[in-house]
Amino acid sequence: MQAVRYARASSVDEAITMLREGGETARVLAGGTDVIVQARERRRHIDLFVDIKHIPELMSLTLDAGGGLTVGAATPLYRVYGDAEVTRRFSALAESTHVIGGTAIQGRASLGGNLANASPAADSIPAMIALGAVARVAGPAGPREVSVADFCTGPGRNVLQPGEFITSIHFPARPAGSGSAWERFIPRNEMDIAVVNAAVSLTLAGDVVTEARFSLGAVAPIPLSVPTAAEALVGRPLTDATIAAADEAAKAAATPISDMRGTIRQRKHLSAVLTERVIRRAVERARA
Amino acid sequence: MVSTEKPQYRVIGTSPVRPDGVDKVTGRAEYGADIKLEGLLYGAVLRSPHAHAVIKRIDTSKAAALPGVKAVVINADFPAQASGDLDLGEGRANPMWLVDNVLAGSKVLYHGHAVAAVAATDLHVAEDALALIEVEYEVLPAVIEVREAMLETAPVLHPELRTNVRARGAPAAADRPTNVALHMRVEKGDVAAGFAEADVVIEREFTTSQFHQGYIEPQNATAFWNRDGEVTVWTSTQGAFSVRDQVAALLKVGVGHIKVVPMEIGGGFGGKINVYLEPVAALLSRKTGRPVKMWMPRADVIRATGPTSSTFNRVKIGAKKDGTITAIHAYLAYAAGAYPGSSVGAGVSCATAPYSLDNVLIDGFDVVTNTPKTAAYRAPGAPASEYAVEATLDEVAEALEMDKMDLRLKNAAKEGATNAMGQPLAKIGAVEVMQAVKSHPHYTSEIQGEDIGRGVAMGFWFNGGMETSSSATVYQDGTVGLVLGSTDIGGTRASLAMQLAENLGLTMEDIKPQVVDTDTVGYTAVTGGSRTTFAGGWVAYDLGEDIKKRLVDRAARIWSVPVDQVRYEDGGVSGPAAEDGSARRLSFQEIAGKLQGSGGLIAVSATSRRNTQGAAFAGHIVDVHVDRETGKVSILRYTAIQDVGTAIHPAYVEGQIQGGVVQGIGMALNEEYYYDDEGHMLNASLLDYRIPVANDVPMIETVLVEVPNPGHPYGVRGVGEVPIVPPQPAIRNAVADAIGVKLYHTPMTPARILDELLPRE
Ligand SMILES: Cc1cc2nc3c(=O)[nH]c(=O)nc-3n(C[C@H](O)[C@H](O)[C@H](O)COP(=O)(O)OP(=O)(O)OC[C@H]3O[C@@H](n4cnc5c(N)ncnc54)[C@H](O)[C@@H]3O)c2cc1C
Repeated sequence: MQAVRYARASSVDEAITMLREGGETARVLAGGTDVIVQARERRRHIDLFVDIKHIPELMSLTLDAGGGLTVGAATPLYRVYGDAEVTRRFSALAESTHVIGGTAIQGRASLGGNLANASPAADSIPAMIALGAVARVAGPAGPREVSVADFCTGPGRNVLQPGEFITSIHFPARPAGSGSAWERFIPRNEMDIAVVNAAVSLTLAGDVVTEARFSLGAVAPIPLSVPTAAEALVGRPLTDATIAAADEAAKAAATPISDMRGTIRQRKHLSAVLTERVIRRAVERARA
Repeated sequence: MVSTEKPQYRVIGTSPVRPDGVDKVTGRAEYGADIKLEGLLYGAVLRSPHAHAVIKRIDTSKAAALPGVKAVVINADFPAQASGDLDLGEGRANPMWLVDNVLAGSKVLYHGHAVAAVAATDLHVAEDALALIEVEYEVLPAVIEVREAMLETAPVLHPELRTNVRARGAPAAADRPTNVALHMRVEKGDVAAGFAEADVVIEREFTTSQFHQGYIEPQNATAFWNRDGEVTVWTSTQGAFSVRDQVAALLKVGVGHIKVVPMEIGGGFGGKINVYLEPVAALLSRKTGRPVKMWMPRADVIRATGPTSSTFNRVKIGAKKDGTITAIHAYLAYAAGAYPGSSVGAGVSCATAPYSLDNVLIDGFDVVTNTPKTAAYRAPGAPASEYAVEATLDEVAEALEMDKMDLRLKNAAKEGATNAMGQPLAKIGAVEVMQAVKSHPHYTSEIQGEDIGRGVAMGFWFNGGMETSSSATVYQDGTVGLVLGSTDIGGTRASLAMQLAENLGLTMEDIKPQVVDTDTVGYTAVTGGSRTTFAGGWVAYDLGEDIKKRLVDRAARIWSVPVDQVRYEDGGVSGPAAEDGSARRLSFQEIAGKLQGSGGLIAVSATSRRNTQGAAFAGHIVDVHVDRETGKVSILRYTAIQDVGTAIHPAYVEGQIQGGVVQGIGMALNEEYYYDDEGHMLNASLLDYRIPVANDVPMIETVLVEVPNPGHPYGVRGVGEVPIVPPQPAIRNAVADAIGVKLYHTPMTPARILDELLPRE
């Protein structure tokens, strides 16, 4: 590891100033579970860490009166899945954050870090996409909002401009009759990187799917939204045939590569398998 | 525990807390990483980005000029080496190859091969300096796969290498460059005649990936080359003397001038016998006059220390309708990695060892490839060859419609029968183990559920004898100091102290074992080959006999009675009744208290070189579930049955068995070296080199069958290695049973299983 300067921001404005002054080689430090590893392995040249964990709003978790959820960008993951209401209403998010690393990692790692790191296999991103989440961003040019589905631009790349960082992730309120689910496939039973991960959020009116949002990870350069899978279900009654059509759409949307973690054939096949599994679990939850 | 007539022991067979336990659980135990010395420098190693290349030029001047850098070394800083033969304990090394593995000579032969090393005032400066070393490579085509490396058209690693043919009846080797370092053969009877007699003949081909031992503590070494020429090395090793001998050979320093201090060791499994950093740290220390500490990042451990061979094995088995095996022919090709010396020899000798056979022919090949030089790994060489035999045997049983254990029992190796090398077998527990498998409730239970299957497999390993030295001192408070040269990996402080305690009629807590450096105890071979509790136990026994004899002499002197009227019994000395009729009796503690006044304390030492270790047999039963949608295998139930001779400390024996099984499960399911087409090793991390995590394995049930080894005073056989042998074939056979898919490669990753289950493309 090379020598790195460390600065602690106590407000959003202070962080913006520090990042601007730090320039190209300044980086936000949240839990550090990605970025410290990268610095140690000299995969990134970093001169300054701006620690955002001491900005109160970045460490918050709020369920508002209208049923929406706002998670501070640096809030550790254990607080996300550890909240009973989050688990009940935003099940896909709870499921994904519960398996990122182990207990020690979950005490540090954050949603903002998982998203900004922009790994194609990041576990929480498909859950956030399926739940329609929006990233709230602060920066020298003022605040803005970016849909999580549009946030990543390539492996390790995202839409943030110099000096910008995520302050929170906002999840809209859940309509009645909604359920969500997330699942990944890993060769071991934990501490693995997803070969494929998948999430869905759907809303039922009786047997008819009125709304659905699908996402797949590790099958493309960025976590994918899969609107074609939603089209196969929305406006139709839920049957084995419509579920199978959604599975096929997910499989068709996947454009994976073969690498040491999985093969093209395996990943395309798993896209369908996991899509089916998350649909069935989400439906159970929507009906509960 | 299943056991036949067993002597009554007081200490043996109990499971006391290990003497080193408190320090280990409180973090006080000292490992190599804990070393802090005045003026310590930190070393780092530059490694090859290519799998095969000529080093055309190395320029270290910019690195040497970086402030904080104190020395840079390359291969040319070592004395030149001629070809030779070093005995490492569990394996051998040619110093000519060894020095080039430690720092590459004219060529780099694998991705991650060490090229240069730097010592600096801190690690980060040393790492910065690595980036300033200029190396010009001429990249050559690489060969990774063993069969490809055997082709005449393959890229050649060592132009001077010729095949050493040790195979009666095989053609002499051509005088041309080759990657095949050795062709060996064992032969017994007439396989052609055997196959002609068979009702069923089955021939199958298998491949196995490279597996790493996966010890958690990385290789590390600290060395100090004093101004008077005396060298001290602190390191994590299975054999301090083996390190001493290798460092002495590579640096051309007499062994008497090198002291190796073995630190606590966080796992080795065969991988911590060869040296990597020790000679480099010593060289850097000589150049700087300061102690130099080095340790490997995880990626270096995986990329550049010895994993197993990848292998290609073909096995042909002929059997009669009644199950009698008439012949086995095996062809075993093992990738040695960058330099000759795989464990194919043990693969050949173990392949058919659980069975008594009249006709066997086994050819073995040792083949160099552009992969890290292989090292020993728990029963080195045995898992791959026995996997091929055990998997093929399952198909023979299927063809004969015979119970899998009946087929094995029909052919089980028995005392007095000769093995494939023509050597007679001593008392062995093969039949006892097989019977215990067959009658175990796990084997006889019904399988319930979809896509669930059961597999069985046997395993054999010779175990090692070799040389061990120890000394012991009786202290005046009745405790006994026990000085050991064997580094303690699996609880041998306890298992050796227990054997001395047993002999003296004391408790384990009365014995104070300590592991010492090479200047403080006699020559002791590595902790490996499942030999330490056996060989160290013999020495502990010999020490006990000597102490008892001396205590008897002393008591006779104290009591002024003839020596032959004094006996050592029940943890003390007894003599004839005194004139007043009272019994003459001194407990061990009482006589210990009188030693100083009656001729001095007692100190004894002993060395053993016995080779009566006795072989180890294991039989495993496993139930698996295969998820047809994902190809993932879950282990539902696992039972490991093993002839352990006598379990000195049953809890540690059980731990050894469970550990071996877990490593075998890793090999069977998810561990493998992943190379790209140019030979870059891509998964050098514990994220992507997938050893099992805790919740991947169920509780592993063990059954300790005790068939005492007649070659040991307490019946000890080695137990540590054989449990890694059966898991690959047992799980493979279980997967076949579960989903009807037979695999011929390990690991059986979800992707490979899915490939078999999905419709052909
Ligand atoms: C042992 C281990 C296991 C892991 N297992 C998993 C797993 O199962 N699944 C998974 O998806 N990941 C896993 N990870 C990766 C990592 O833990 C997650 O990606 C985590 O969510 C990152 O969050 P962090 O707060 O630690 O980010 P950091 O490391 O602090 O930051 C990551 C990146 O995001 C940037 N960043 C952080 N916060 C912000 C912000 N608010 N605005 C802008 N940029 C920001 C940083 O500058 C950096 O580039 C694992 C890591 C480890 C070490």
